Amino acid sequence: MRIFGFNIYRYAAPQEFHPLAGRIARWCAVAAAALLMAGLYLAFFVAPTDFQQGEAYRIIFVHVPAAWMSMLIYLVMAGWAAVGLALNARLSFMMARALAPTGAMFTFLALVTGAFWGKPMWGAWWVWDARLTSELILLFLYIGFIALHAAIEDARRADRAAAVFALVGAVNVPVIYFSVKWWNTLHQGASISLTKAPAMAAVMLWGMLLMVLAFWAYSIAVALWRLRCLITEREREMDWMNVAKEEA
Amino acid sequence: MIEASHLTCVRGSRRLFHALSFSLQPGELLHVQGPNGSGKTSLFRILAGLAVPHAGKVLWQGRPIADQREEYAAGMLYLGHQPAVKDALGVMENLQVSCRLGGIEATLASLKQALDAVGLSACARLPARVLSQGQRRRLALARLWLGERPLWLLDEPYTALDAKATQMLEQRIMQHQSAGGMVILTSHQAPGLPMRALELGQ
Amino acid sequence: MPDILRWLLWRDVQLVLRQHADVLSMLFFFVITTSLFPLAVGADPKMLHTIGPGVVWVAALLSTMLSLGRLFHADYQDGSLEQLLLSPVPLTMAVAVKIFAYWLTTGLPLVFLAPVLGMMFGMADQELWVMTWSLLLGTPVLNLIGAVGAALTLGVRGGSVLLAVLILPLYVPVLIFGAGSVVAVAGGQSAQGGISLLAALLVLTVVFAPVAVAACLRIALE
Repeated sequence: MRIFGFNIYRYAAPQEFHPLAGRIARWCAVAAAALLMAGLYLAFFVAPTDFQQGEAYRIIFVHVPAAWMSMLIYLVMAGWAAVGLALNARLSFMMARALAPTGAMFTFLALVTGAFWGKPMWGAWWVWDARLTSELILLFLYIGFIALHAAIEDARRADRAAAVFALVGAVNVPVIYFSVKWWNTLHQGASISLTKAPAMAAVMLWGMLLMVLAFWAYSIAVALWRLRCLITEREREMDWMNVAKEEA
Repeated sequence: MIEASHLTCVRGSRRLFHALSFSLQPGELLHVQGPNGSGKTSLFRILAGLAVPHAGKVLWQGRPIADQREEYAAGMLYLGHQPAVKDALGVMENLQVSCRLGGIEATLASLKQALDAVGLSACARLPARVLSQGQRRRLALARLWLGERPLWLLDEPYTALDAKATQMLEQRIMQHQSAGGMVILTSHQAPGLPMRALELGQ
Repeated sequence: MPDILRWLLWRDVQLVLRQHADVLSMLFFFVITTSLFPLAVGADPKMLHTIGPGVVWVAALLSTMLSLGRLFHADYQDGSLEQLLLSPVPLTMAVAVKIFAYWLTTGLPLVFLAPVLGMMFGMADQELWVMTWSLLLGTPVLNLIGAVGAALTLGVRGGSVLLAVLILPLYVPVLIFGAGSVVAVAGGQSAQGGISLLAALLVLTVVFAPVAVAACLRIALE
């Protein structure tokens, strides 16, 4: 299949994708750095101080984008897992595997920044807010995926088992989120939610948008770099592939 | 009839066999040989449909087995390394259950006959827990006397069998062949039967 | 075909009835774990009444999870699982029957034992009734979701801890709806919300879990 003159199926082979991944990753890393600087500048220097929450609210510029990324990456990961299972494509499984640690990191970042945001408001390092609790469970799902993949020695079985788990988790995420919200209303009457973000001035929205784009570019860069390492690892083991190349 | 077409098997990072092809007609026996680790069990699992080959396919009556899972299961009998014997059930119960679960409807009389043929009728009422390795193997093999399945895939069927049992198994295989059945087996000793050989692990 | 499934059900139930040590130890674990909580937090009746539903539910959940490794392990070890994959029935149905047999022999006893333990926490009749219903609907869901985990970790080293890591996040909705329905009743609200949600979860898992488990078993046995 040709798109813009490129035969994209060629890139389904790990060794072919390796150099392309490197090029894309480099551009994304540069973009990420630039966007991050712009976003943080907006967040810390341009956005006005909120009269209710003081300076502490600025952490939402990290907390909210990180939470969005954690969920987006899980969906993308599950998507690649589905593609891998449907098409039996090694590279798709490797992509899912490469995304997982970054997703877990953003989830952890969202949790930590959530705690830092909550402390001045609630006086406690942790509140059982529906969103934070769901993020915590999402972190467990990421860790489960990584642990399952690490525990199985046969690479093909590890790929496929972890992919099934990612899909099962993806289907469950809405159920988990809904159940946690239900739980919140059940136990506290009115729902407790983490300090509401202050009414959004335009500049705040720009700041958040820049941070989301920065995190997105960062994720792509890091995931592709990790993918390159996985490709090198796996393909080097396959000595018979070199035999096949000689035969061809 | 069964046909293997360009089967390639990769285990971990090793390629066990590449572009393996053969076909088997009714009445034929194929003896798969090779040193340990050459991929014999992997080949059997691919032929049984338990494992997916890296490349190539297995055809049963001209169609890939992946497209006709249930029909192929009804036409084939696979006996692997483990005898699939449940300790808590009795010997007769074990045979009855394994036949039923495999889709073979066997009457009580034919079950008794099968146990007789493998020399286990004295143990019929005992719990399978007390059986020795050889007896368990014989219990697993008893299924060969029940329900005529055209294709037999036997992975090391002679393990733990004594001379008398080996002879009895060979007789049964010959019977099956002359009735038009196909057998693919692997063993370290050459069976005293008319056969074709397939060598793995060059 | 239903014949084969009937035999499978008979076999699995017989195996547990004849080797019942596993089930009994799981039930003892359930009782002992529930008893640990009053020892840890004190015997104040009001507090016990508050934490009762949660404690019984968590203990039931943990007992279920600890014994799940058993579901496919024995069949995997002795080669019966292979034969099951090669039998003429669709694997999805065979798996559904196996899980049903497992629930009959492990989940159902839990359901009957729970009200007894609930009384130890001073729960009222109405609450005990709701708790039994919630467990009756919830334990099959726990078994179905757990079966996915058991199939994924079949034969993997460190399997039972990994199993816990994988399925505990997935157990959260069941726990919330199950224990929540009892808490609702204790607080004077209706339990209908929680119970209906549990029933919905049951329907969803009965439809989808066997398919996932069958896929995982094929992956494990390749």
